[in-house]
Amino acid sequence: MANAKLWGLKKSPWVFHVAAASCNNCDIEILDILTPRWDVERFGIVLVGSPRHADALLVTGVLNRKSLPRVLRVYEQTPKPCLVICVGTCTCDTHMFAPSYNVVGPYDKYLPVDVYIPGCPPKPEAMIIGVVKALARL
Amino acid sequence: MKRIVPIGPYHPLQEEPEFFKLIVEGEKVVDLEINIGYNHRGHEFLAQKMTYDQVTFLVERICGICSDSHPYAFVLAVEDVAHVEPPPRAQYIRTIIGELERIHSHYLWLGLAGHFIGYNTVWMWVWRYREPLLDIFELIMGNRNHYAINKVGGARRDILPEHYGQIDKYLDLLEEKNTMFTKAVLDDPVIRARLENVGVLSKEDAIAYAVLGPTARGSGCAIDVRKDDPYDAYDKVDWDEIVFDEGDVLAKAKVRLLECFESIKIVRQCLRDMPDGPIETRVDEITPGEGICRHEAPRGEVFHYVRSDGSNMPARHKIRAPSFMNIPSNVVAVKGYSIADAALVLAAVDPCYCCTDRTVVLEDGKKKLTGKDLLRLSWQKTERLRRRYRR
Repeated sequence: MANAKLWGLKKSPWVFHVAAASCNNCDIEILDILTPRWDVERFGIVLVGSPRHADALLVTGVLNRKSLPRVLRVYEQTPKPCLVICVGTCTCDTHMFAPSYNVVGPYDKYLPVDVYIPGCPPKPEAMIIGVVKALARL
Repeated sequence: MKRIVPIGPYHPLQEEPEFFKLIVEGEKVVDLEINIGYNHRGHEFLAQKMTYDQVTFLVERICGICSDSHPYAFVLAVEDVAHVEPPPRAQYIRTIIGELERIHSHYLWLGLAGHFIGYNTVWMWVWRYREPLLDIFELIMGNRNHYAINKVGGARRDILPEHYGQIDKYLDLLEEKNTMFTKAVLDDPVIRARLENVGVLSKEDAIAYAVLGPTARGSGCAIDVRKDDPYDAYDKVDWDEIVFDEGDVLAKAKVRLLECFESIKIVRQCLRDMPDGPIETRVDEITPGEGICRHEAPRGEVFHYVRSDGSNMPARHKIRAPSFMNIPSNVVAVKGYSIADAALVLAAVDPCYCCTDRTVVLEDGKKKLTGKDLLRLSWQKTERLRRRYRR
């Protein structure tokens, strides 16, 4: 069964987009890769509305106090195996928000992370290659 | 019978986390509660630990869509403290980037509004013509978003003469396409049926809730900082303020679409009149004192307050974003409409929650707490969470 899921994931990964405490920029770039210039839907990558439908989580923005428990709940709701793809420098190492009183730290302390895509924001090409690399590793 | 429809904080409708509690009777929305704060990162606290040059990069990351407005407002506030006059060329450069950003932000909203009413054609179509603009940003400043053009005392990068042609070419394309979109939005019976007389915010309510920007101008209030209190090159160019009286979502869409034409006009005039010369004045010292700035961001007036104690870091930095004033007006705008319309009405003010979340609530009985206590409590709570959820 896990193999069947993996096979499905590789052919057409459905992604759910979680914005923890982001500045919107990675989020609009994620939406951007769905629009005509990049159009990732031709590769079968679809943005879905519920974590329960998703194969991969695209996480953006730093984790703060209010979003940490909720992001973890979203992760629990996602059927396993699922990929966690960190988009943006904020998700990789908390960026310039590290000294803040409200920021709890990078994602890999709380979640198993598969791919890091640094950049502020990463270019759409970088995001696509990140997802492709994650799939190639499976 | 009243029922509650919870939306959020992680929901497919809007990109950012926020929580709406729609109180409904059947299909009709009778009340709305908004709960925000999921995006708080402590910008004002961090700004007091950074030098003035670093803070421009920090405030840029308040919001990715208005990533020119916040640093723009910040540098104007610091220039107000230090009594620095940027050279004319820098003023024109900032104005051009500010206006190009307005076009990009309005197009982003228009596309998303199409997405919210289930008309994805509009989304794909509009965002296709937003791309060349991001290419221009990349050409001039090296990044598609987060441009880092502002600097205390001037601009960080110059618009080179070889870029003029590219910008002109894009503006011609944009003018043609914007005419097409304006006609498409105004003539399409489907869009009209979804937008017209939906989410009406009357002029009285607009004044009572002190809304700003296109939300206010769609409700018949003619307020625009660029006209009322011009800064940089805005008093040297000729443009019109767009005001509609209807107050519905269609009026807000019309304001944004027609404002794009005005932005095109402003950028053309700035490119024509841009003087030669240096792009920054050297700032050696920020004198002790206070400075404020009002800047017209795509969503409305953004306000920055900076207090300096003579060191190289701001002693206090206060930020008020336009969405802070606009989002509460949803409570009156959404009342009486159906749940299906609520999705659009809640997005009609172009809400930006990461701009708005400047505070976080700590519950600690009824003791009076000083700023230091709050900070200590905050650290403790964050540390508890860190330990609890660590793998």
